[in-house]
Amino acid sequence: MTGTMTSKILRAHGVSDMTPGQLTLVPVDLVVLNDVSGPVAITQFERMGAQGVFDVERVVCIADHFWPAKDARSAAQVSRLREFARASGIADYWETGSTIEAGIEHAVLAERGRARPGMLIVGGDSHTCTAGAFGAFATGVGSTDIAAALALGEIWIRVPEAMAVAFTGRVQPFVTGKDLILGVIGAIGVDGALGAAIEFSGSPVDELAIDERLALCNMAVEAGATTGMVRADEVTQRWLRDHGVPGGTTECFGPDADARYDREAEVDLDGIGPLVAMPPSPGNVASVEELSGVHVDQVYVGNCANGTMTDLRQLALMMENRKVAAGTRLIVVPATQRIYREAIAEGLVDIFLAAGAMVSTSTCGACFGGHMGVLAAGEVGVATTNRNFRGRMGHPESHVYLGNAYVAGAAAVTGTLTHPQDVLGTTAQRGVQER
Amino acid sequence: MIRVLAGRVIRVGDDVSTDVILPGAYLNITDPAELGRHLLETHDPPVGDRIERGDILVAGRNCGTGSSREHAQLAMLGRGVVAVVAVSFAEIFLRNCVNLGLPAIAHSAAAEALRDGDRLEIDLDAGRLLSTRGQWDLPAPLPLAAEIADAGGLVDWVRIRIERRVEHVAP
Repeated sequence: MTGTMTSKILRAHGVSDMTPGQLTLVPVDLVVLNDVSGPVAITQFERMGAQGVFDVERVVCIADHFWPAKDARSAAQVSRLREFARASGIADYWETGSTIEAGIEHAVLAERGRARPGMLIVGGDSHTCTAGAFGAFATGVGSTDIAAALALGEIWIRVPEAMAVAFTGRVQPFVTGKDLILGVIGAIGVDGALGAAIEFSGSPVDELAIDERLALCNMAVEAGATTGMVRADEVTQRWLRDHGVPGGTTECFGPDADARYDREAEVDLDGIGPLVAMPPSPGNVASVEELSGVHVDQVYVGNCANGTMTDLRQLALMMENRKVAAGTRLIVVPATQRIYREAIAEGLVDIFLAAGAMVSTSTCGACFGGHMGVLAAGEVGVATTNRNFRGRMGHPESHVYLGNAYVAGAAAVTGTLTHPQDVLGTTAQRGVQER
Repeated sequence: MIRVLAGRVIRVGDDVSTDVILPGAYLNITDPAELGRHLLETHDPPVGDRIERGDILVAGRNCGTGSSREHAQLAMLGRGVVAVVAVSFAEIFLRNCVNLGLPAIAHSAAAEALRDGDRLEIDLDAGRLLSTRGQWDLPAPLPLAAEIADAGGLVDWVRIRIERRVEHVAP
């Protein structure tokens, strides 16, 4: 039987009727709770009267949003999550400062090999789709959904349409996974993939390392998609092997050559430079040149989409032997503790500090307006994060531009939106990307 | 569950994100009443102050885009919002409404016609929306969604399943 990745993974999870829009129950391979969705989910779980968690080995609890706790209420939320994990016998409770596995959930799941090809993953966070980088069907859900998944090991889904998004052309200098997904959202709109699971393809995607595939899939939800996936290939297998993941060579669920899609879109990368999403929507996409000269108060490099070693190396290339511009500040947030250590070992943290930047512990932090870098009224931020909605990073009258780490670095150095090439004076990427 | 709802329409725009419905700074709160005080407080133009118990939100396209935070629905319930009508809903937002038993109705003609301050009646049994702007029939809910709604939400739906399982294995 021929099929899309979407249909193959769902059929492998017992879905027989692939008619889009149908509601059906599916078993889940992994359930993820954080310190925001978790406490609400735990309350709902208790109300359901379940005797216990369906399978403690298929649950991860992680403190990342308001962690380290910004106030007593946040501390109480993390405490509730920690206590639930302990009382339920969930070994995978991850908390920065306490466990080696720690940081922003989607990045930690990736590096700890908890996201693998063909898995069906649900998390109480909309960016759970990041795991699509490994060819997993991963989707964000609400707290009550998480409670049901904990109780039953199942969740209801609306069978999505399968949407092929194919990239063509040549990837230009300073263009990253971030720009690929901004290009998609700019083309199809913030609801262009509503009710659909995106399958990304084309040689530009084949050439992307895992870090940039994470960035690509992370923002599938910003196009309205249920999930966004890249077929697992040799890059995936090598990455899984390098990270010591058992079962890294399991079935990959790639689409068949003659698979038929419900929807299709194509994005040509020829002549496309770095892209920026203007406030207040990830769909307001322009080239960085068009926005050249916009003053920037704060640059924020981090979050579940773009806080990887690849991003930090790109930023370091921009910051090395340069200073953060007067009147601008740079906040760097490595996505995980492991990335933090690697960045120190490679000398990247020193480059950032020498430039005048601050380097924060891993946290979702200011990305969602929580803490550790929230914007004031009238302030302009450039962030490698995934959302720039009104008030997203602080005051409702603050403004956030989304872009890649090169663009962020150029903004930090010049204090304005600037093409990275104008800072470096070269088009070379100098092998920054992880391969 | 109340099957016929009637309330005043509060209009919001297209692509209203859950960041606007309930800003991230308040995600360290879980009490619905307290969350409700912050419902839509950053929406432009301002609507948050006007929302009263019994109101119905009417939105444009892609309502509830963004974060999966169920705090958005908790805030609506805490404030006494009884239903949401929209041209279309973001996937996770719609799930959360279904799961919490908050009627969420995607109907583009109705959502486009209704105006702020209109009185809207929602008859869930008859599957009909009624207002001075017009009358619209609703498609029948999908079987599983209807089951969850009949149970009063996903918590009770799961609770019933667990109880049945226990009865099934009991000697």
